[in-house]
Amino acid sequence: MAASRCSKGLVKRNWPYPGHVLTASKLGKRYGEKRVLRGVDLELADGGFLVVTGPNGSGKTTLLRICAGLATPTEGTVERAVARGELGYLGHEPLVYRELTALENLDLYGRLYGVPERRERIGMLLERFGLWEVRRDRVASYSRGMTQRLALCRVLLHDPRLIVLDEPYTALDEAGAELLDSQLEELRGERTFLVSTHDPARVEPFASGRLALA
Amino acid sequence: MTYLRDVGALARKDLLLELRARDTLPAMLLFVAAVFVVFHFALPGTPSRLETTGFLWVAILFTALLGLGRAFVPEREQRTMDGLVLAPCDRSAIWLAKSLATLAFLVAAEIVALPLYALFFHHVGGAIVLAVALADLGICAVGTFLGAMAVVTRARDLLLPLLFLPLAIPIVVGAVGASVAHAPGKYLAFLALYDALFAVVCWGSFEFVVSE
Amino acid sequence: MSAAAATIGSVLSLRRIPLSVLALASFVFVTTALVFVFYVAPNDANQGFSQRIFYFHVSIAFTAYACFVFGAWKAFRHLWKRDPRADLESYVCVHQGTIFGAMVLLTGSIWAKISWGHWWVWSEDELVLFLILYLFYCAYFMLRFSLDPGPQRANLSAVYALFGVVLIPVSFAAIRLAKEFLHPRVFTLSGPRFGGWILVTYCVAQAAMLVLAYTLYRVEIAGKRLDLRLRELRDVMA
Repeated sequence: MAASRCSKGLVKRNWPYPGHVLTASKLGKRYGEKRVLRGVDLELADGGFLVVTGPNGSGKTTLLRICAGLATPTEGTVERAVARGELGYLGHEPLVYRELTALENLDLYGRLYGVPERRERIGMLLERFGLWEVRRDRVASYSRGMTQRLALCRVLLHDPRLIVLDEPYTALDEAGAELLDSQLEELRGERTFLVSTHDPARVEPFASGRLALA
Repeated sequence: MTYLRDVGALARKDLLLELRARDTLPAMLLFVAAVFVVFHFALPGTPSRLETTGFLWVAILFTALLGLGRAFVPEREQRTMDGLVLAPCDRSAIWLAKSLATLAFLVAAEIVALPLYALFFHHVGGAIVLAVALADLGICAVGTFLGAMAVVTRARDLLLPLLFLPLAIPIVVGAVGASVAHAPGKYLAFLALYDALFAVVCWGSFEFVVSE
Repeated sequence: MSAAAATIGSVLSLRRIPLSVLALASFVFVTTALVFVFYVAPNDANQGFSQRIFYFHVSIAFTAYACFVFGAWKAFRHLWKRDPRADLESYVCVHQGTIFGAMVLLTGSIWAKISWGHWWVWSEDELVLFLILYLFYCAYFMLRFSLDPGPQRANLSAVYALFGVVLIPVSFAAIRLAKEFLHPRVFTLSGPRFGGWILVTYCVAQAAMLVLAYTLYRVEIAGKRLDLRLRELRDVMA
């Protein structure tokens, strides 16, 4: 086998197509008898911004989880040119501990990702997302919007090359949504994005491609 | 080094969570004390040292089970396992850190439980303390591993004792043997062997428990 | 290495033997074993006719071990090579092992009654070991049925099955150790000494049990596969 096997069933190889960050072919996923994804192909070039759209239950979340390496496809292959530490993933869950403060949560992830100048980076992100004042409060006391902002801080903390966002605008108020817009605007072209949304108009200005799931 | 740094960060998080929520350790302490009282009434007459030693191990095992059942509850309730799995650290670090945190709780519970046992029943010798130390390692290594498995199933808390007790029987044999035998060396060696063997198996296969 | 394994595999290729042939073979083997056990093997000097259950007890026990080890091997194949068939095969191996394990407990219990007058004795190592293993593998099924079909169930089952083969020798050592403080008196069974017809009978019984286990394994695999394909077909039709 030319490609070296890596964990999670992803196949990473000496990248045959320069410039491609993510390639998936004929992806299929079933949970037991229920099939949630069938025959999905996608290619994501370095610096691209792919928007995944589709109605509820069309498999957007599953596709993103497969691309992030959290799930293995039942059929087809995914090839990812970035290492696990170079990937930022925002899911439905904020993936933060509710009993810890924002600082402690980001500090944990900062250590795990080996972020250089951790404290400065965390402070900068918290300030940018308007959480600096509440940094020492437990996440349990946050509103859903604030938790989502913290989750975005977590995603961007290690400055990932590939950013996978699953419905990033969920629970954000207008100010939060504009904050996210400005972040996307800033990083667009510099980083590679895979974003799922049920509101494609919102991310239309950033998109370089679109994948509609049925 | 990076590995140790990851383990440290994760274990620190677990201790911090326990410090905030304070539900595991007090529960273990109360439980072990209550079990001793139950034993007093469950053992008719004046139980011999041999009998109470056996019961001490039952108490330790079930107290540990209580703590092990709680080990992955924060990850389950707040669904943060994905976050840990996505991090670039080796997945076995998650197991090792959680085992260390559970070990800390168990040892803390035993620091209270052993004097209590000495007060209520019989004195605790050096061999018992050594056996406790070695058994704790095995209990936490295997128990935490199985706890991570049980927590993703539908049966959850129900499943952990079922998965764990058959695997804990050799620990009980080694521990009780070391506590009552005149020459405990053989039993202590057996416990150490068990710890080493299962630690390697857990370390090597934890990746598959948390990833698809 | 894999080339060598492939060569051995193609020479043996148990997989290719049709089920009907296997069924016939197990019928012939089991009948032969019964004939040998009841008519050919000599009566035991101490325990007489009833000692003949020994031939079944030991051969079933060995078959159960073989199933567990084979199940762990398949589990290893699943984890290491991502062999798509290995999960189901591992599960079926463990299932057969557990069925044979139950028979070990049953025949062992009968043997204990014959030898010591009790249906259960803690001094018989193998019996106690099978009780532990039986509990362990029952938990395997609890685990498996508490998860939805998918890669996670396959992984967790496989890991637990691997724990099983580590547990077998460790438990065996533990039971030996435990005897020293649990049973100061050691029962000694004057087991039949191997040789002549006793050995031949044992070998026939062992072969019969292994063939029977493999046939049952293949039947169960075939049934499960059919079930899966039926579901896939239904999925395609839908």
